[in-house]
Amino acid sequence: MTQAIDVQNLKVVVFQLADKEYVIPVSQVQGIEKLIHITRVPKTPSFVKGVINLRGVVTPIIDLKNRFGLGESELDDSTRIIIISLEDMNVGVIVDSANDVLDIPSNSIEPQPEVVGSLEQDFIAGVAKLDRRLLILLHLNHVLNPIKSGV
Amino acid sequence: MDTNQYLEMFIEESKEHLQACNEHLLELEKNPANIAIVNEVFRSAHTLKGMSATMGYEDIANLTHKMENVLDEIRNNRLHVTPELLDVVFIAVDQLEEMVLDIAAGGTGKLDVAETVQKLHLIETGEEAPVAATTLEKNVSVEITADSNWLTYDDYELTVIQQSSEQDYQTYEISVKLREDCLLKAARVYMVFELLEKMGEVIKSSPSVEKLEDEDFDEIFYIALVTTEPKEDVQKKLMKVSEVTEVLVNSVTIEQLKNRQQEAIDKIQAEPNVSEVVEDKNTSTEIKPVEGEKSSSPKNQNQGSKTIRVNIERLDILMNLFEELVIDRGRLQSISEDLHNSELDETVERMSRITGDLQNIILNMRMVQVETVFNRFPRMVRQLARDLNKKIKLEVIGAETELDRTVIDEIGDPLVHLIRNSLDHGVESPEIRKANGKPEEGTVILRAFHSGNHVFIEIEDDGAGINRAKVLKKAIAKGIVSAEVAPSMSDKQVAELILSSGFSTADVISDVSGRGVGLDVVKTTIESLGGSIDISSTEGKGSLFSIQLPLTLSIISVMLVELGEEIYAVPLSSIIETAIIRSSDILNAHNQKVIDFRGKVVPLVFLEDVFDVPRESTKEEFHSVVLVRKGDKLAGLVVDSFIGQQEIVLKSLGTYLSSVFAISGATILGNGKVALIVDCNALII
Repeated sequence: MTQAIDVQNLKVVVFQLADKEYVIPVSQVQGIEKLIHITRVPKTPSFVKGVINLRGVVTPIIDLKNRFGLGESELDDSTRIIIISLEDMNVGVIVDSANDVLDIPSNSIEPQPEVVGSLEQDFIAGVAKLDRRLLILLHLNHVLNPIKSGV
Repeated sequence: MDTNQYLEMFIEESKEHLQACNEHLLELEKNPANIAIVNEVFRSAHTLKGMSATMGYEDIANLTHKMENVLDEIRNNRLHVTPELLDVVFIAVDQLEEMVLDIAAGGTGKLDVAETVQKLHLIETGEEAPVAATTLEKNVSVEITADSNWLTYDDYELTVIQQSSEQDYQTYEISVKLREDCLLKAARVYMVFELLEKMGEVIKSSPSVEKLEDEDFDEIFYIALVTTEPKEDVQKKLMKVSEVTEVLVNSVTIEQLKNRQQEAIDKIQAEPNVSEVVEDKNTSTEIKPVEGEKSSSPKNQNQGSKTIRVNIERLDILMNLFEELVIDRGRLQSISEDLHNSELDETVERMSRITGDLQNIILNMRMVQVETVFNRFPRMVRQLARDLNKKIKLEVIGAETELDRTVIDEIGDPLVHLIRNSLDHGVESPEIRKANGKPEEGTVILRAFHSGNHVFIEIEDDGAGINRAKVLKKAIAKGIVSAEVAPSMSDKQVAELILSSGFSTADVISDVSGRGVGLDVVKTTIESLGGSIDISSTEGKGSLFSIQLPLTLSIISVMLVELGEEIYAVPLSSIIETAIIRSSDILNAHNQKVIDFRGKVVPLVFLEDVFDVPRESTKEEFHSVVLVRKGDKLAGLVVDSFIGQQEIVLKSLGTYLSSVFAISGATILGNGKVALIVDCNALII
């Protein structure tokens, strides 16, 4: 778990969602799990799918596709749950697939170009171009706002 | 630092001694002539003084020393115990507590106790206290006197000094005083040491080198130096170091040091004799004055029960591991049920029994006697009674009742509030009591006992009770109840109105109470611990506040129920009964579906609607209903079917989903899936 202070590169986990590629810094990823039974929690927003039993810890799961307003995730063999650790919260996000860990040179990260009207916009912290791939850097704090009752 | 490992012990033991002091002083007030009690307090103060001096906490040592002097005068019959004297001693104890708490929080334990020291001094000298006592004090202060014993040496150091004197080296004891406002004391110390090392060898320093480096000394420090240089040179060179104001150099011979050593040993040996004698006196005289309620002798020594201090964190870790064990035990049980292997069944059953026993033991380890919370109340009541000019007797019953330690931590403040409430509003002033034919002294009883799966803590007073008319008037004025409903409310319901937010019938806001903030916070705190509070009161006679708390927090019994494809857990403590009713039994009242249950009208809550359970709606003829209660109110939760009763581990939903309607937590079932726990209180209006 040593974080090599690599000023040049940002080590990220890459995942696919609705034909786009997104990245999250490795330091915020607790783990990547396969799909397991999700217990539904009533009276929560539609993107909150419920909770799972992650090695004895009850962990909430959200559907990232739904969160981005892009419909519901189809759950198949390649679907994964990425457990994200933010401050003292652990939350799992459902993604289509996740299988890459990359080093992105810090200087290749640019701020998101202003695109008016997309719900995604709040969640995007920047984009990076690597070879021919366009990798979208997520603003996790916005994506994972704690749920208050009655929402 | 050397003393760090002892720091925790010091804090724990200091707290114990201070608590003992408090208790004994209160008893002393009731029995002013009982010298045995004075000896007990003296002993505690003396030990405290020794400990704090060893650890270097001078302010504590100083104040305790003063206390000791006063106590000494009392036990030698040169001073009499009066409430005013005890007040000052109590203040001293409070300040000592402050200092210990400061140290526990990482501070230095320094406090300006000059005023209290002065007061104690006045008490001490107020009668015919011998003048010798006061001059002894001066030696403790920060002046350099030429012939005080500055340093003590162990055998090794004495040998070194001996050998060097044989080789014609001189041994000097040097005291160095730095300027009061010297900023970089450690730097000055370093310079002094450097100089000395050039002149000879430093054998010893007081305080120790580490303390000097940490600047943990006032202005003076002492050094023993072995050198061939003459005294005057040493002195002159040291005076050259800036910010050194005074240097005294004494040459010492080995004989002097050996004599000094012997004196010190004699002194130490003499003291245990004194304390032993005191103890003997105690054990014999204590048997007599000890009456019913609480014995004055320290419990640890008399009962001979062996205890061991365990870090709370370790207990918590043990508890966590055990919870995981419980979960896996459940899984093994459900797996063995599926597999039908007799050997496996046998082993699992044995394992279940053993883990059951283990569970009891571990849960009991976390149990702490309520006494730890109750013990600060006598003092508080005494103080309050004096402030309010009322005569009050506090009876504590069942202090050995045990509660889970997390509950103990939280229950203190609500209890303080309820007691203050009783004292302020409940018990009347002596004049009114006399006029009403009651004894002048009011009684407040603090009672704790086990019953079933709960612990009850009751606060009962024989005061004025809750004035129904006044409460209703205030409640109506604040809009909490309407004037029409008021007459039909039972006395109990009216009494419970005082737990509402913002409620207070006190005309005058006193320092103690009357702001109307306290009781609803009390209620919320108790409910957050899984408990409840009940009030009953008779006007003119008194009131009884009864708090019910669960014995353990994290492992609870639940009834598992099925709703569609989902499983939910209903805490057993809320359940009165389960029943199966016919559709035709369901009546409609004010658009609310209700049933007639044993003569009571019970509203029905269809959980499938509350929880938006996905299912095909079917017209059932029979419904399974779980009857739950919250205080006096009932509700029937309609589910698909009952699965069974089970003990489960309560798991939090975490910070992301901190508040979901009607769900109080989650648990992991034997099959590894998560089941949500229903919060019945939220469903009962």
